[in-house]
Formats: sequence, structure tokens, C-alpha cells
Amino acid sequence: MLEIKNLHVKLEDEDKAILKGLDLKVEAGKVHAIMGPNGSGKSTLSYVLSGRDGYEVTDGSATLDGEDLLELEAEERAALGIFLAFQYPVEIPGVGNMTFLRTAVNAQRKARGEEELSATDFLKEVRAKAKSLKIDADMLKRPVNVGFSGGEKKRNEILQMAMLEPKMCILDETDSGLDVDAMKLVSEGVNALRDEGRGFLVITHYQRLLDHIKPDVVHILANGRIVKTGGPELALEVENNGYADILAEVE
Amino acid sequence: MALPEVKQTATEARLAALSLPTGGCLEAGRRAALARVQEMGLPGARDEYWKYTRPETLVQAAAPEASVFDDGEVAMFNEFDRLQVVFVDGVFDAEASDDLSLEGVTIERLSDLSAKDLHWAKDLYGVLEARGQNPVERPLAALNTAFATDGVVVHVTGKPSKPINLVYKHAETASDAILHHVIKVDSGAEATILENGPAASRFNKAMEIDVADGGSLHLIRAQGRDHERRAATHLFARLGKESVFKAFTLTVNGVLTRNEAVVEFLGDDAVAHIAGACVGDGDFHHDDTVFITHDAVNCESRQVFKKVLRNGATGVFQGKILVKEGAQKTDGYQISQSLLLDDDSQFLAKPELEIYADDVACSHGSTSGAIDEEGLFYLRSRGVPLAEATDLMTLAFLAEAIEEIEDTDLGTALIERLTGWLARRR
Repeated sequence: MLEIKNLHVKLEDEDKAILKGLDLKVEAGKVHAIMGPNGSGKSTLSYVLSGRDGYEVTDGSATLDGEDLLELEAEERAALGIFLAFQYPVEIPGVGNMTFLRTAVNAQRKARGEEELSATDFLKEVRAKAKSLKIDADMLKRPVNVGFSGGEKKRNEILQMAMLEPKMCILDETDSGLDVDAMKLVSEGVNALRDEGRGFLVITHYQRLLDHIKPDVVHILANGRIVKTGGPELALEVENNGYADILAEVE
Repeated sequence: MALPEVKQTATEARLAALSLPTGGCLEAGRRAALARVQEMGLPGARDEYWKYTRPETLVQAAAPEASVFDDGEVAMFNEFDRLQVVFVDGVFDAEASDDLSLEGVTIERLSDLSAKDLHWAKDLYGVLEARGQNPVERPLAALNTAFATDGVVVHVTGKPSKPINLVYKHAETASDAILHHVIKVDSGAEATILENGPAASRFNKAMEIDVADGGSLHLIRAQGRDHERRAATHLFARLGKESVFKAFTLTVNGVLTRNEAVVEFLGDDAVAHIAGACVGDGDFHHDDTVFITHDAVNCESRQVFKKVLRNGATGVFQGKILVKEGAQKTDGYQISQSLLLDDDSQFLAKPELEIYADDVACSHGSTSGAIDEEGLFYLRSRGVPLAEATDLMTLAFLAEAIEEIEDTDLGTALIERLTGWLARRR
């Protein structure tokens, strides 16, 4: 599904290489986790895949179901099925959460040549999905993420994911800023979306999240490259011994 | 002191093109206003108060032409139950207007006062305007007092069940409308006034507002996106104890707009909010000039102005809070912000505080910035195309000003209208 080959990325403004030949393949139906020390390039990877400005791809490729992602605008990638759950969801005052969701859902449908959802169908769907994430009517009415607690913001990300039904979900440190209960709720939301046609890339610092969202494959990202790949046990190893051992072993 | 020759000539030329309405209780007030104009002279390019806005076309004898803008859109506020008072090129249109009787309020035509020797409006007409000439001169308002041909005289005695909608239609390519309204709100009374429409190719409007103790007045106006119109408007409000005055203005395009608001707190514990949202897309110039004087204890004033500018549009904000000696516990807030969507547009701001009391909380801020890239990426990452995402961010930016409208239905209607306008522009 998602295939990244020899990806080299630098910051547009400064001559600083961040990803240095990253290879990664995520199959449909699988959950891949990426762990790595600070500054290893985890967030950059999520931004480059979702199409944020400010990065320059100097070499390599990234495709989703064979389509070149790197040539597309952020909104085109979204319509193709890429979804990034932000580490720090952005507050947008003055735009109601519901308006935002409907605009996004219909923009994607339109881009794919599908019919737009009617107001009633949309409402029905959003209410049902919001309920399972314990998002109340008030949160749907309020401006996007404004005044939301850390947990509410992350649940709102998952609600968007549920409404947009992407093929490839990228979760950038979704566990940051969450207490245990909120993490459980968010994880349940993610697990409910696991399905054969959908891939997940879960970026995290801690093994804790992976207790709730069980990965099929775990990668260690260090210095802009995947340096080690294994099963869930690799995450445990990191949790117990830190990155130092693994990095030493690789070098 | 004699006026500079250029100003003298321009003022005389303008006055020569006008004739002073005579008769009735307002004549003395009109003559006094004419004397003020002659003494002050009309605004010129060298006046400090007109540093950011060129007054020539507002002052020149003949109104510049403006084609009538009609895109077939339903008139603003049409979906609301309201009492309509229609003016076409500055002339009352009885046919198009509703019956002016409504419980809790008396509405009369200004021009009818020429036949009356006694009327309460005599004590307000030109009186608040004259007070507002100090410390800054506003000659266009004095010109208005002298020569206004029409307008409404509204006495709010209760709580009318629906808003009064002043509708200003534009029909002639070169029309010069001068309207003057007087609004008196009795103690404990409450009303909402809506205004919309371009009025004329050139529009000079003044509104004098007297809110008695415990009274409330809400004013919501929409100066539509008629590209070629010019307008200079003045609000003069005098507020009694525990009264409330809230004004919001939406301005979209228009070659030239200068909106002045002059508010004076005379009674304690009163509230005044003056807010505006402006969208300029093209060679348009929009100026908000606000002067709020606190001369009472524990009053709250807010000025919230947001402008979105692109394709060469210019926004101006001159806002002042004057806290007089003894106006303790004043709570004054002033914010003016612009969102510049390209490098061709500009925002000129002059925020001022002048405080002579020692126990007050006043704050002011002014910013100019580009669109929030974080927010834009967030929306795009959800599949919202760039143009649509920019519109959403634009609305988000304007929200703080629009939220100043207390009636959420009216606020929502304005947002919907704005959304439609933004979408059409794409």
C-alpha cells in the first residue's frame, strides 16, 4: 500500500538533511509502528508523506497504491487516502467543528468524483461516530479544537479519521499529552478502524501506546533511516533498554 | 484663524452645490452646523486625521459616478422579520417601506420636521455631532447636519418586537445622498437597528444616538460589496448610566469607506462595543476611525476590528480610548488586526490610549499578518482545497469581530452571506 524507497529529505530553508535514505513498506491491513529517539526524523516523515510545505525531497520516492505522493498537494493526498493525525492538532477559531468535518468529507468525495453526503446522512454518521468516541454535541458545535483539552483534541483527530475513512493512517505521537483513560479511548477508536483495506503507521516514543494499538511490525528510526525492524517485542526492548543498545548494535 | 486657501476653495465649492433645507425646529441647528463647516473647512489631504484616507472624492462638489451593482442576490436581512424603512439614493421611498408604526417605538421622517416647530429631536439634532467635534474635527458630519435632506427620527420607548431595518438602495449612477438619523432610547428601552445597502454613488450619513439610563441599542450594518460606491459615515453616541450600545459593521469592498464612531460615556456602569469586519479584495479603501471617551465610572468599552485584505486593498484603523480624570474602573479594550493575503495590500493602524485616571484597565493591540500556515495545512491535510481552506481561515480570522453581534441568528446570517461572497470570488 504505502511504499517508501530511499527517501532523502532536507529542510527547504536550511541545508539540513533529515531523512537519509529511508525505506519502508506498509501493507494493507497492517499496523506498523515507528519508534526512535528525538530528532531521528519521525515527525518529518509524517509531514513529508502528508504534504506539508517546508521540506525538499532530494532523492527517493513515496507512493500509495502505486501513485506518486510527492507530486501531489496535501489535499490531493488526502483525497487519495492519506490521513495524518497531528501531534498538536491546530485550533481554528470561528470554524465550527461540524462545518469543518462536512467541508472535509465533501471536498474529498468531490475530488474522487463521488456524490456529496446530504446534510442528514452526514449528521447521522457523525453523531454515531462521535458517540463511540465520547464526543458530545457541544464539542461538535464548538470551533475546531478551540478550548479542547489535550484528550479532546486527540479524540477529535480520531473522529476525523473515522469520518474520512482513509486508506493510510499516520498517527504522529498520538499518545502525547494523554492520560491513561484518554489513551485507552483513543486507542479503541483507532482499533475500531483497523481493517483489511487500511494501513497504519503509528509514530510514538513509548511502548505504552503499543499495548493498546498492537502493531504487526515495529521499526526503529535513527538518524534519518530505518535501522532495525522487528515484531512487537522490539518495542519492549526499547522500553526496557532504551535506544542506546540498538543503535550501538547497528553501528 | 483663516483657512488655507486650498481648503477654503474646496469648501466653498462644495457648499455652493448644496442648499440648506429651511423651516421647522431643526433650522437653527442646521445653520449652526453650516457655521461649523465654514469655520473648520472640509477635510483636506494635509489634515492629520485624514493622513491615511484621501478625502477629495468625499468632499468634491459633484458625486463621483458609481455604476449600480446588482448581482441578483437576495437583500441582506431579508429572512428576518423586520420593519423596513427604504431610501433610494437618499430619498425615503414610502412605497417600498413598511408601515412605520410599531409598538414601543415612534418612527418619523426627518424631512417632516421641517414643518414642525416643536420636537424632541431638536435637542439632539446636531447637538451630539457638535460635541463630537472636540478634540478632533469631523467636518463631513457637520456638513451632514446642515444639509441632510432625509433620515429617520426614532424614539424608542419600549422594546419593539422586531428590528428596524434601514435599507439604502442605489439607483442613479451619480447620486449624492446625505442622510441623518436621530435615535433616542428611553430609560429601560431596547431596540435593534439594521442597516444595509450602498445608498448612493456617494453617501454621507450621520447617526446621533442618545441612550438613556438602562437603555440598550444594537446596531448591525452591512455595507455590501458594491464595488464603486463611496461612503463617509458618522455615529455619535451618548450613553447614560447602565446603558448598552453595541455596533457592528460588515464592510465588503467599495472604492472608499470611512466609518467614524464617536462614543461618550456620561453615566456610570455603561457598556459600548464597536466592532467591524472588513473584506477588501481589489483596489478598495476602508477606514475605521473610532473615538471613545470615558467620562464616568466603571464603564466598559471594546473596539474589535478585523480586516482581510488582498489585491491592493487598503485598511485603516484609527482608534482612541480617552479616559478622563475621575473615570475610574474603566475597562477599555481595543484590538485591530489585519490578515494580508498578498504583498500588494496594506493595513495602516493608529491605536491610541490617553488616560487621566489612575485606576483603569486599558489594553490595545494591533497586528498585521499573513494567513496561519499551520491552520491552512491542517485543513488541506483533511482534503479541503487551498482556495476553500483560505476562505475558512479568513472566516476564522473575522470571527472575533462577528462574535460581537449579540443576536446569534443575525451573526450566523452575516457569516453565511460572507461565506457565499468568498466562494464566489474563487
